[in-house]
Parts: sequence; C-alpha cells; structure tokens
Amino acid sequence: MTASTVTVAGRGVRSARPGRRPGQRLVWRNYLYLLPGFAFYAVFTLVPIVQTIRYSFYNWDGFTTATWVGLQNYIDAITDPVTRSTFGHSLIFIFFYAALPTAIGLLIVGIMNRVRIRFLTLFRTVLFLPQILATVVIAVAWRWMYAQDGPINAVLRLVGLGHFARAWLGDFATALPAVGLIGTWTMYGLCMVLFIGGVQKIPIELYEAARIDGAGALREFFAITLPGLRGEISIALVLTVTNALRNFDIIWNTTSGGPGTSTLVPSYLIYRGAFVTREVGAAAAASVLLTLLIFGITGALQTALRERK
Amino acid sequence: MIRSRSESIVGHVLLVIAALIAIYPFLAIIGQALRPAPGSHAVGVTLENFVSAWSRGGFSTSLLSSAFVAVVVVIITGVVGMLAGYGLSVLRLRWRGAIMGILLVGLVLPSEARIVPLYHMMQDLHLLNTYWALILPQVASSFSLATFWMANFFSSLPASLAEAASIDGAGSWRTLRHVYAPIGMNALATLSCLVFLYTWNEFMLALVLVPQNQTVQTAPLSLSFFAGNERNIEPEVIAAAAVLVALPVIIAYAFLQRRFMSGLLEGAIKE
Repeated sequence: MTASTVTVAGRGVRSARPGRRPGQRLVWRNYLYLLPGFAFYAVFTLVPIVQTIRYSFYNWDGFTTATWVGLQNYIDAITDPVTRSTFGHSLIFIFFYAALPTAIGLLIVGIMNRVRIRFLTLFRTVLFLPQILATVVIAVAWRWMYAQDGPINAVLRLVGLGHFARAWLGDFATALPAVGLIGTWTMYGLCMVLFIGGVQKIPIELYEAARIDGAGALREFFAITLPGLRGEISIALVLTVTNALRNFDIIWNTTSGGPGTSTLVPSYLIYRGAFVTREVGAAAAASVLLTLLIFGITGALQTALRERK
Repeated sequence: MIRSRSESIVGHVLLVIAALIAIYPFLAIIGQALRPAPGSHAVGVTLENFVSAWSRGGFSTSLLSSAFVAVVVVIITGVVGMLAGYGLSVLRLRWRGAIMGILLVGLVLPSEARIVPLYHMMQDLHLLNTYWALILPQVASSFSLATFWMANFFSSLPASLAEAASIDGAGSWRTLRHVYAPIGMNALATLSCLVFLYTWNEFMLALVLVPQNQTVQTAPLSLSFFAGNERNIEPEVIAAAAVLVALPVIIAYAFLQRRFMSGLLEGAIKE
C-alpha cells in the first residue's frame, strides 16, 4: 500500500541504480545483509500478524481448545453496539488529534507566511516538547490539569465561572472531548513545526508574483501556501490520524474507557478482550479491523494528497 | 509593510501562546511535585516528594530497566538496520521491491495488530516478565524504520563511492566496514535517538509482556501502576514520579534537540 509513506523514509532508495556499478554483482550472498534483521522482523512481527488473523476466526479463551467460528467474531464486532461505539469514538478522536491540530498549524502559517519568525529555534524546541514525553507522563500531567482542584478549574473559579468547574475526565458529558483535547495538545506543536518548515521551502517568487497581482492574504493562502504544503499536510495527517486511532496509552492512564463506556476505544477493547475477559478471538477480530482501518485511512489520505509531479 | 508588521506581531503573540500552552502542563506537574504533600512538615519548595516516589515507587529499578532495554534495542536495531539498509541501497537484490513492500507494513502497523499472539508466543517460550519479552519485539518494530532510514542515507551518497571501493578490490563487506559504516555514523546517531525515544516511551508492550515482574518493569509502566493506586498515594508524589520518568528524556532532548527534531520530523512516518 501507500507508496508515499516511502517517500519520506525511502525517497532516495528508488533513484539509486545499483545495477550500474560494475563491481556489485547480483549474488545470493547479498541477501545475508538482510538476514539478521529479517529474522527479528519475521518472528516478532510477520508471524504474529498472521496469527492475529488466524485467531480472529476462532472462539478461544486462551487456554482450552479453540473452536472455528468463521466470520462470527467480525459479525459480532460490527453488530455489537459497544464495539461499534468504540469506532465512533475513534472518529471523534480523529477530529481532536488530527483535524484540530492541522487547522491550528495552518492558521499560524497563514498569518506568518511572509514574516521572519524570531526565536524560531526556541519556539520549535518548546512546541516539540509534547512529542518526546512518554504518554504515561502526559496522562498523569493532564489528570492533574483536569482534576477537581486542578489548574483548569482554578482558572474558571478565578474568572467567576466556578459553576462550570467539574472533574472533567469523570463527567459523561465532558470526558470524551477532554481526552480528545489531550490529543490536540500533543499534536498541534508538531503540525506547527512541520508547516513552518514547509512554508520556507515555497519559492518566495510565488508570493512576490501574487502580491504584484494584488492578491490579498486570504487568496495568497489558498492559492500558494495551501498547495505548497501538500506534502507536509499529508505527513501530519497520517501521523495524527494513526495516533488518534490507536490512543491506548492515554485512555488507559486517564479514564480507562469510562465513565461507563463513554471513552472506550478499540485498542482498549482489544486489551480487555485478550487479557481480561478472555475473548481472544473477538479481540483479534477487533485488531484486524483496527489495522485495516489505519491502513485504509492512511492510504486514502496519501492518495488524496499525493504531490502531483 | 504595515500589514506585514501587524501580521508579524499577531503571529508572534500566537506563537508565544502556543508555546506557553505546550509547556504549561509539564510546568504544572513540576510545580505540584515541589509542593509539600499533605501531612508533610516541609514549608515552601521541597524535594521530599521525589525521595518518597523514588523509594516507594521502585523507580530506581524501573529507570534502570528502561535504560537497559532501550540501550540494547538501540544497539541491536542499529546493527541490523545498518546491514539491511546497506544491502537494500547499495547492493543488487532481485527482490528489492518486494522486500521494501514487506518492510513497509512494519512502518504503519500498530502494536495492537500483534500484541495478542506475542503474549502467547512469549508465554510458550517462557519469556514473559523477562527483558527479552520487551527487547525482541521492539527490535522487530524498529527494524523497518531503521532499514529505510539507513538505506535512504546510503543511497543519497554518490555511486562513485562503491565503484572506487570495488576498483580497489574491496568486497561488499569491506566496503561497508571501511567506507559506508564510517560515513553513516551521523545518520545512525539520529536514528538511535529516535529508537531510544520510542523504546523508552513504549507502554502497551510493557503492560502486556512484563506486568508481573517488578525488577523488569519499565519506568512508564511503574508510573502507570504507581499512579493507579491513587487512594494510597498523594498526588504530589505521583507528580514527582512523573517528573522522574520524563527527566532522562528531557535531559537527552536538551543536549540533542536538533537530532531529536530532525529525526522525528523525517522519521515521522514510523507509526
């Protein structure tokens, strides 16, 4: 799938033409260089993927003999309202993890595309901080931010909006968006840094020409900045969407899917099914669905945003 | 020009706000960690929460475990990634396209896709709750990134490099050892930062594969268990524990921020 995932990782790889080098013969021994890494990859990634798919066709508690149930686990996953709601929550998280941070990043480059940013290194360093923190640390920090006596409620009381104060992660009405905003916080800095870097690669002549034509800031943004950032937007969306769809660590360490099932996500369901309620087949089917969803959405994004050559 | 100046001011104000929001939650828990816990006799700023977290949460062991796992994963991934990257970019392979396709799966694959069988595999191998249960799968999950990373770097080098070496009669192994590996050290260093970060922060694998052995638990896992027992532990001590877990990475980031940033931006696609 998704040839353009490689563009970042493997841009140059394709253009290399090893065939031209006289000394480099096509010999089987060359495969030895791949062998050690592939041994790890085959045993601990490829084999488990195949097994996950196999498990998904069985009814199995992890100990006793498994029974073949065909597509029943998938049918259950699609018809069970709780399972379905977890995928619905994932879509809402895509808004908070992907759409909102991308919009924030675009806003900043829309405003600043033609001014020199001062202290750029400092801003980049700080904006990037959420990217390097462990998700568990982020979760602990935000549990405090959202706590009954935490900073957010303190600010609300300070400005006289004390009646809005609540335990944000424990309230049916606010838990889902509250977790979502943790994702927005984690991702917007990355989007900003990516887009600010991308804008600098757009030829300045394009902006000069637009200005001579009398284009306003808004037209400039839609005619030059936005198309010029196609590649960066694609990277940002792929990254943020996959994070939104996985999102196990934050949920586990903040709400555990609660209150009720209001913040339950597929990853959490997979964990619970496989290791707590012992419905291994159902968990495997949910894994397959989640993986297909991630592959499908990232593939679609990259096809839609592929840079035209 | 006036329009440009007002844009500049508005833009910088927004950047400052964005930066403050990015750093505030972290500053807030540092502040909380430094405050005396209820029942403490300390006044003003105190470090006793850190002492308390360190001894009660077992973070001296789990930080060492994390460091050990991360360093071993970085070393093994670096070696196998450099070998495979060299093979894929410099040497001739008939099935190169197919191999890259298979590797690509590993770049996008979520842990969720393999966590269930991994657990049973480790159980059968009697490796649950050992370091190997963490090291082996994480080498596998970083292998794709490492290979693409090194292949990408090696193929950006001029082809004349390999030609010159082969004219001198060097075989592929000597060419790697004396020409490509030394030049690749810088790319390898950035890659290592990235793999270290991903391994240090990994949570789900640790939760599933080493939950019952306190001496093997990684720092994020210890923090999660520690913070989960909220009823017995003051929030100030949990905050201190969170700062302890974040600190090694923050220190590394402070010294190597350029590497981390370029690594994360270029390798962004890993997940």
